[in-house]
Amino acid sequence: MELNYEKLGLRVGFEIHQELDTHKLFCNCPSALRDEEPRLEVKRRLRPTQSELGEVDRAALAEALKGKGFRYQLYPDSVCLVELDEEPPHLVNEEAVDITLEAALLLNAKPLDEVHTMRKIVIDGSNTCGFQRTLLIATGGRVEVEGKSFRVPTICLEEDAARKMGEGAELIDYRLDRLGIPLVEIATGPDFFDPYTPAKAALYIGQLLRATGKVKRGIGTIRQDVNISIAGGARQEIKGVQELALISTVIEREVQRQWALLEIRDEIKRRGAGKVVKKIIDVRGVFSKTSSEVVRSALRAGGTVLVVKLPKFAGFLGKELQPGRRFGTELADCAKLYGGVGGLFHTDELPAYGISQEEVDGLRKATGATESDAVVFIADVKEKAEAALSAVVDRANQALEGVPEETRRALPDGNTEFMRPLPGAGRMYPETDIPPIAITPLRLRQIKARLPELPEKRRARLVEKYGLGKELAERMSLSENLELFEELVRKSKANPTLIATTLEETLVSLRREGVRVEVIQKAVLEELFAGVAKGKLAKEAVSEVLREAARGVSVQTAIEKLGLAVMGGAELRKLVRKIVAGNRELIERRGRAAIAPLMGILMERVRGRADGKLVHELLERELKKRGAK
Amino acid sequence: MSGYRGKVQQLLRAASVEVGDRVRVEKAGSVYEGVLMPRTELGDPNHIVLKLASGYNLGIKLGKGAKLVKLEKGKPPRLGIPPLKIKRDPSKPDVSIVGTGGTIASRVDYRTGAVYPAFTPEEIYSAVPELANLANIRVIEACNVFSEHMTPELWVKVGKAIAKELNAGARGVVVAHGTDTMGYTAAALSFMLKDLFRPVVLVGSQRSSDRPSSDAALNLIGAVTVAGKSDIAEVCVVMHGSTEDDFCLIHRGTKVRKCHTSRRDTFQTINDIPIGMVRGGELKLFRDDYNRAKPKGRVKVDGKFESRVALLKVTPGMPSSVIEGMLKARDKGIVLEGTGLGHVPESLFEGIKFAVSKGVPVVMTSQCLWGRIDMKVYSTGRDLLQLGVIPAEDMLPETAYVKLMWVLAHAKGVEEVSKLMRTNLAGEITPRTRPDVFLKPVFSLKASD
Ligand SMILES: [Zn+2]
Repeated sequence: MELNYEKLGLRVGFEIHQELDTHKLFCNCPSALRDEEPRLEVKRRLRPTQSELGEVDRAALAEALKGKGFRYQLYPDSVCLVELDEEPPHLVNEEAVDITLEAALLLNAKPLDEVHTMRKIVIDGSNTCGFQRTLLIATGGRVEVEGKSFRVPTICLEEDAARKMGEGAELIDYRLDRLGIPLVEIATGPDFFDPYTPAKAALYIGQLLRATGKVKRGIGTIRQDVNISIAGGARQEIKGVQELALISTVIEREVQRQWALLEIRDEIKRRGAGKVVKKIIDVRGVFSKTSSEVVRSALRAGGTVLVVKLPKFAGFLGKELQPGRRFGTELADCAKLYGGVGGLFHTDELPAYGISQEEVDGLRKATGATESDAVVFIADVKEKAEAALSAVVDRANQALEGVPEETRRALPDGNTEFMRPLPGAGRMYPETDIPPIAITPLRLRQIKARLPELPEKRRARLVEKYGLGKELAERMSLSENLELFEELVRKSKANPTLIATTLEETLVSLRREGVRVEVIQKAVLEELFAGVAKGKLAKEAVSEVLREAARGVSVQTAIEKLGLAVMGGAELRKLVRKIVAGNRELIERRGRAAIAPLMGILMERVRGRADGKLVHELLERELKKRGAK
Repeated sequence: MSGYRGKVQQLLRAASVEVGDRVRVEKAGSVYEGVLMPRTELGDPNHIVLKLASGYNLGIKLGKGAKLVKLEKGKPPRLGIPPLKIKRDPSKPDVSIVGTGGTIASRVDYRTGAVYPAFTPEEIYSAVPELANLANIRVIEACNVFSEHMTPELWVKVGKAIAKELNAGARGVVVAHGTDTMGYTAAALSFMLKDLFRPVVLVGSQRSSDRPSSDAALNLIGAVTVAGKSDIAEVCVVMHGSTEDDFCLIHRGTKVRKCHTSRRDTFQTINDIPIGMVRGGELKLFRDDYNRAKPKGRVKVDGKFESRVALLKVTPGMPSSVIEGMLKARDKGIVLEGTGLGHVPESLFEGIKFAVSKGVPVVMTSQCLWGRIDMKVYSTGRDLLQLGVIPAEDMLPETAYVKLMWVLAHAKGVEEVSKLMRTNLAGEITPRTRPDVFLKPVFSLKASD
């Protein structure tokens, strides 16, 4: 579907959350994730706190209604009482503040004079204390990507949440290893008007952050949230887009979803639908002889079947909002979340799943539904089914208004599912356990003095100064080895491209083979490249020497042992003549086209003891002499 | 109140800006708009604090070149909680909550970030609705200080408030108290309240009630359950029994001690097992040797305390001049927290001898906390007994301290002091030491077992 995004009034902004490579934000525990079974578990509950007028925040209320407890998994050697909310937070990790200031300056933002730690209420259990601590560090940033400028209004430092490990009927499991890892949160303005630029901007910001050299790398260490709205629709906060490549799909599909929801609203209004009422009826009797396994097992377990009518909704529950997700799926999301039920049935998809036409007729009769009405039913424990259907009615009523503001979770295919209503703005209050931090001019001067090069400048410099190809320069500019690369070039005087390829490619593929390249010391690399520069060994031999060096063999010994010392000119010419002589038939048949197979044979024989270019030259000369055409 | 002083205060006055007003500050190319927040007294005097629309607070240094403009007059905070009118239910017990200064329940005004304590029964019901199913609540304020500022005079004030409620018909009394000195107050009330015929329950919280993870609600529900349902006519402390939000333990007021600076299960019964536990509104008692509640009775407050008592932790090489100094300050009694079974260095002998000769009783407890004083085993102990030191059995040092204050105000002469100190008056001395009461494991894999 080709859409005119400008006409649709698409507006996109995003937030990047990047883990910092330092210990936890409010305690001295390492920022390390654990894979083994947890040593201990602690069960807790959270209660929504009373805010002004006794109203709890609507997102907080949604969680409280679910009424689940939390089971926290912990490891006494790497999780302390702070994560367990049994000890007040320590002073803020100053290194994390420094890294965030560095990021802020790279994003052209203005650091605050004084930073205050805030508590943001989150009672889904992912924070043991019921709030996430967050610090606004800088404001007013601006970045340019591909000639387009966009705002970065806020740069925050916050603590990561606990990892959700599973969810049962009564408890949600969280692992406390991730709780408290410092994250820098970078939020852009709603300054993007198409689905494709945000990913590029996110990539660039990611590169800037990595340029500091103080952020974590790898899966899960950087996450994106995307804010999307279209004209007439509503703002959605889509959480946890792990891959940049998915951002544009998520945006496209959200536009699709909102557009479809607006269509539903308009069509249903035309049909003259009014507010849906919560008239929930028990229809157990309809299913006394059912062949639906779901319904049968619910009844066997002492449950019942409850039903509600959605007037004028017939056909819309089956309407696709995103590929494979229908309006009925949205209703089911709410039912699962608020009622804790497994799912729901609706008349747009029935008869099916063992539910007969007679039973559908029975449902319609019980609710007085006509052909233009939809009927939704749930088979489960009465209280759960009731809560679920009540949520379904609420969601249906929202559909009459259009698109509700929601926090949604990104799914691996780019679709999204309902998580909770969008939280109200004012659920923050000061963390009284931590004093404000003054950001002094001296501190900023010190950070400015050691700011890293911007990625684009660095790339240009690598191309200009070292003659690296564009792709290699790009890779090197983002590499952890950059400093080492420049040092090796300076000290060894070897070809920079060789050094860069060795660091970024050869060592990587050796590691994949299982060679313990991590034991190779810097001095070994220096000696190796100096050897190449002085002609003691050919660059083709580098990989072989590294293989030996990983076993603790010195560079010199490796060269000798492998017989890798560069062949003298005379020796090489003799070898070329011998090979040419031995392949007369091939040369007569293929003429100059025999060079390629002959090079293959020759390089095999020299095994890195000669420069390929030189071998090629000698071979050409020899063939010419023999008059090959 | 606003916390602003000096130059900044003058600047605010000049712009006629008050806390709560919406303002704009322009400084070095940045523009900040938000509501002016109060500054803590400890903060440096050069910054103002704004709350942005996003909810974040930030500090701005008001120096040269900063421009401050008032945008809008602040709205007064709306403090009304919707009245949750609950009619007295005659089928439910009447429980009085006596406030001493800590916050039992509170709510946050997210507009300003201020935390407001809940004081009226309606406010407490709104914060902890479960209480409405347990009891008819009445709230009285006996005093209003942080627990570290409690005094023996205030103990008596609290004791009188409790007696008044019980004698007026309350089924039980809950005392909301800060945790720091809750153990002292519990001990003082135990000695002070005579003919106690209904439960008196001290309760507090280790995580303030403005946070969703607060232990306050579970503790309060536990305390009201014990006060309204149990037949324990004693002073006890009801607090979290583990790090989980699962159950509370019921500790005897004379055997309980705050043992951890921050954990929820900081209160532990020492040298004995707790009286029982309460989980989900249900009581489970571990023992039956407690004082039973009676349908009728009259509590008397015997609130005379000799406040000039010292509690001294003995250290190696401690000189006698320390005790001489106490006597100079006219202390009337000394509780020693001795080493091991109840010992002190020789260097302290002179001081002790001097105190005893002046008729100032010296009581021995142990800094081990767990275990019983036994001064017959080693010669140092025997020497100290010879000097007239009174061994305090397995009493907690803090309990012995409070008890000596009460005993000194009631006994005639050193002999009677010694006798009373060795007599169990309120469960402070256990005759036998159970083998299962030393340092339970910090965590068990399932804390609920
Ligand atoms: Zn920790």
